[in-house]
Amino acid sequence: MSTTTVEEPTEVAAAPEPFWTRQRRFGVALVLLGGLAAVLFGSLAPSKDARFTLTQDADGAAISINGQLGAVLFGVLAVVAGGLLVAGLLKRWSNTLLVIGIVTFVLSFLCWQVAGQFMSLEDTLSGTMDLALPLVLGALAGVLGERSGVVNVAIEGQFLMGAFAGALIGTMAGSVWAGLISAAIGGVIIAAILAVLSIRYLVDQTVVGIVLNLFALGITGFLYERLMQPDAVKYNAPPQMPTVKIPGLADIPVVGPVFFDATPLLWIALILVVVIHFGLNRTRWGLRTRAVGEHPTAADTVGIRVRGLRYLNVLLGGVVAGLGGAYFTLVATGSFTKNMTAGAGFIALAALIFGRYTPIGAFGAALFFGFAQKLAFYLSAINSPVPNQFLSMLPYLATIIAVAGLVGRVRAPAADGIPYVKS
Amino acid sequence: MLWIVHQAFPTSGEIPLKLELRGITKRFGDLVANDHIDITVEPGEVHALLGENGAGKSTLMNQLYGLLQPDEGQIVVNDEPQVFRSPRDAIASGIGMVHQHFMLVPVFTVAENIALGAEETRGGPLGWLDRRRARRDVIETSKKFGLPVDPDALIEDLPVGAQQRVEIVKALTRDVDLLILDEPTAVLTPQETDELLAVMRSLTEMGKSIVFITHKLKEVKKIADRITVVRRGKIVGTASPDTSEDELAALMVGRAVSLEVAKGPADPGRAVLQVSGLVVDDDRGIRAVDGVDLEVRAGEVLGIAGVQGNGQTELVEAVMGLREVRAGTVELDGEGLAGMSTKKILRSGVGYVPEDRSHDGVVKEFSVAENLVLDMYDREPFGNAFRLDVAKVAGNAKERVEQFDIRTQSAASAVGTLSGGNQQKVVIAREMSRPLRLFIASQPTRGVDVGSIEFIHGQIIHERDQGTAVLVVSSELDEVVGLADRIAVMYRGRILAVVSPDTPREEIGLLMAGITGGNEEKK
Ligand SMILES: Nc1ncnc2c1ncn2[C@@H]1O[C@H](COP(=O)(O)OP(=O)(O)OP(=O)(O)O)[C@@H](O)[C@H]1O
Ligand SMILES: [Mg+2]
Repeated sequence: MSTTTVEEPTEVAAAPEPFWTRQRRFGVALVLLGGLAAVLFGSLAPSKDARFTLTQDADGAAISINGQLGAVLFGVLAVVAGGLLVAGLLKRWSNTLLVIGIVTFVLSFLCWQVAGQFMSLEDTLSGTMDLALPLVLGALAGVLGERSGVVNVAIEGQFLMGAFAGALIGTMAGSVWAGLISAAIGGVIIAAILAVLSIRYLVDQTVVGIVLNLFALGITGFLYERLMQPDAVKYNAPPQMPTVKIPGLADIPVVGPVFFDATPLLWIALILVVVIHFGLNRTRWGLRTRAVGEHPTAADTVGIRVRGLRYLNVLLGGVVAGLGGAYFTLVATGSFTKNMTAGAGFIALAALIFGRYTPIGAFGAALFFGFAQKLAFYLSAINSPVPNQFLSMLPYLATIIAVAGLVGRVRAPAADGIPYVKS
Repeated sequence: MLWIVHQAFPTSGEIPLKLELRGITKRFGDLVANDHIDITVEPGEVHALLGENGAGKSTLMNQLYGLLQPDEGQIVVNDEPQVFRSPRDAIASGIGMVHQHFMLVPVFTVAENIALGAEETRGGPLGWLDRRRARRDVIETSKKFGLPVDPDALIEDLPVGAQQRVEIVKALTRDVDLLILDEPTAVLTPQETDELLAVMRSLTEMGKSIVFITHKLKEVKKIADRITVVRRGKIVGTASPDTSEDELAALMVGRAVSLEVAKGPADPGRAVLQVSGLVVDDDRGIRAVDGVDLEVRAGEVLGIAGVQGNGQTELVEAVMGLREVRAGTVELDGEGLAGMSTKKILRSGVGYVPEDRSHDGVVKEFSVAENLVLDMYDREPFGNAFRLDVAKVAGNAKERVEQFDIRTQSAASAVGTLSGGNQQKVVIAREMSRPLRLFIASQPTRGVDVGSIEFIHGQIIHERDQGTAVLVVSSELDEVVGLADRIAVMYRGRILAVVSPDTPREEIGLLMAGITGGNEEKK
């Protein structure tokens, strides 16, 4: 009997990839947008200098460029970035190219708008961080809950509760730190109701979330009118969180004053992004949290307490969202007013989804939304012809685009929103 | 020593575990899935649990493992009654389980899945996961037990056989005194099965006990020390391993079962499926089918034999339009199928039983009735693009459930609540209940009990005799030999030979190992 071994499979022509990859589609969009920018923004922009100052005011060090030239130049750069994506060159850098394309498009727009005026980079960055701060905390709260399988649409309610509790207790105790802790507890109260109703009593999680938002709005509004308004000095004048300056670092232009002469809440938020990122990806708690969010039965069979872990995460999320609520009364304004969060919790939810349920992604999305909002303020301040409502719409538009799958697939944890039941 | 001790799982250690189940009863609504079951598992024995699909074997084991709570009865470990509120409690008593339906997180790597629940960390419970150690443990265990797994692969990218190995390795890395194996061999190759049986032997020699569930009587006879047979939730008898296969089968099903496929000679007609020069890649882009030519004629069964992983899966998927054809042609009655959608292929008279039923075959949340019309819901007589005729769907379900003996509480029950074998019968029933030109079945009787195998084989032969071309892929050589009129042996993406089913087993076995003799008709 002869023995023949079969030779290794021979190579045939390389596999044809589908032509319209994600990169190519983005590339086309960038080419169109960049072209539009170069032509439209370029022709609309006056041929005056656009000054981007490093400090808060019009004087001092600045980067300037002729507005018309800048609008055309950056538009063309966006086209180039898009073109490279379509051509499929520099494949390894496709994400970088995408970012460059978007940034240059924004710059082209700015050159048009700022021509003949000035824009303070420090002010823009600090405004962006201010607006993004509660969004970051809210989105992180969402990450904690949803990665373990509990949908949290009650971020708005947690914000309101946190803001209210922070103002009330902060004023009564005369301490901003007491206020901060109370804000966290306020968030936890909403989280606890969410947890018990959805994990123990299996009520639909989205419905519970909506009801909790209404509940928070109602109760804080009621107490505001009955308690705070009649005697604001006693109940609604919380001390403000001090900014802490780190000598040396605070002198770095643009970045220094924003990050190193800042409230501790900003640092808390930044630290939480890092901690939750590494926690989820590198620790036992994170591995188990993700397992419980993806396949709770599998987690159960290896001895993980599914419901216990979900409770823990939802409550931790309550702490984080409550801190986000503290921003409104202890950092941004000096008092609580009815419905003062005005939908920020929903934008945080959008940031969570846009950021693909990851801490870093949510952080980036929150920054992006904060920037859009800041830009809207700036445009109305310089009496721009562009209606700033367009920019206020951006977070929602971006989220719709994200959810519609144009930015690649946004995949929620497989067991997100599904209670774990055993018979 | 063979055994890897993991500190994370406290066990009773040296004391061997003696298990008694006393009067365990479990009801799902009106259905009594377990009816006062008494079983004793002695230390160091392999206790086989035999029974039809839906007899209640998995349900019983799930209660022992704490996933389900018994309505009545007691679990007694070393003479102490225990209440297992969750698997956590069962694990603490030294019990481990390999589940019939895999308990693996699809988006995790193999190493992450195996470590989950018993993770090693550096710097206390809040410290970093020790990923290097997790990988090393996986590699070591898999080497020791001869069950190859890649620690870095994502579960969702793995074929079922590999997932099964991961499940077994996962159970083996945990130090348990009693191991429950719920149909671990259904998707393993014969070699892997032999490895597993050897592992089981070495475990029992160390005083550990094993509850082993399988539908393959040969395995039971090879490994079991004692056999308990359940039927419709009740224990109907015990047997010793030297009981004959026919007797065991009869005891399980309650009637005599023929283990041979009864069929007359084939009467092959026109060539219905013609595949030539087919080249297909697997998920990782590696060539899986490398120039295959084959032909299936009307009224004949072509069986494909081969060790799993030699391209059979990819071949069938390419024919069904589920996988890109790199080169070559696939023709159905002379019409090219390349580029056609799977839906269209199904509608042009092709029946398809996929190899991974839980992933590709059924929608677990849908009812049995809905699953039975999954590919026809928008066509007459069940409805059209705008409406679904619920009464017709229900009527169809009633017929199929009876005809295929699908054990379900009602046709409205979710398929996910059916036993594994009954889910398989739902797929077969659906695919065989419309006029077909070509019927393709991958592992058609995976996880199905002997009585139902007899029935399904009968149906396949009936389909053949009606003039349908049938292509059967199975890693069970017995099944291929029993069903096929011609056998194509596949090895490393190629058809090594096409032989008649009368060819000696040894010769086919050698072909499956890639060794060609020289006297068979070359294709
Ligand atoms: N969660 C559930 N809800 C309702 N019925 C169920 C549930 N789980 C199992 N059953 C029913 O209990 C019976 C026993 O199922 P079980 O899975 O224990 O069978 P099995 O002996 O393991 O069969 P197989 O060999 O096919 O795996 C079946 O009729 C099944 O439909
Ligand atoms: Mg079972």
